Amino acid sequence: MRASAAEQTQSGGLVLLMLASWAVPGAGHLWLGRRSKGLIFLIALPLMFAIGLAIHGRLFPFDVSDPLVCLAAFANLGIGSPYLAAASLGYGAGDVRAVTYEYGNAFLIVAGLLNMLVMIDAYDVAMGRK
Amino acid sequence: MRSHLVLMTLFAFFVSLVFAVIAKDDIREQVRFGGLMLAGFLAVAIVLGWFMYPFPL
Repeated sequence: MRASAAEQTQSGGLVLLMLASWAVPGAGHLWLGRRSKGLIFLIALPLMFAIGLAIHGRLFPFDVSDPLVCLAAFANLGIGSPYLAAASLGYGAGDVRAVTYEYGNAFLIVAGLLNMLVMIDAYDVAMGRK
Repeated sequence: MRSHLVLMTLFAFFVSLVFAVIAKDDIREQVRFGGLMLAGFLAVAIVLGWFMYPFPL
């Protein structure tokens, strides 16, 4: 059963929904009863992030002196708990000598950005716009 | 996995998949939209690759 927008906003669950959607890709859609969409996001986005790590992509640091690096760091963070797990386990150092380094960065950054889009979609669903 | 073509195809697949699932609700529409987007990504990448061929780094 899908939770309506009114139920979500009345219960004050919207913030929690967005947090869950950020932390676990697809969790927002699963919460709202969109199981197939949620499962696809739950598998595809962490897999994309893992491939990025496996091909020597880098998790960028929050370096405000270099705006592009800082933006890439925010994009990396968008994937949620996979980012926190990878960072805490020491993955994502990146190997600039690897042929696949730039591809790895693209996978890591875009996985985070896509999860942000998924969060916005979950918000729209919760508000009854979709 | 070091093939640029494979990695580019994989990247395009994931992006197309997520966009299709976000944009469409019906499975048939998702497959059509995602397939077209994937084909577009691959075609543009290959065409641009050939356009860049005469320009050495």
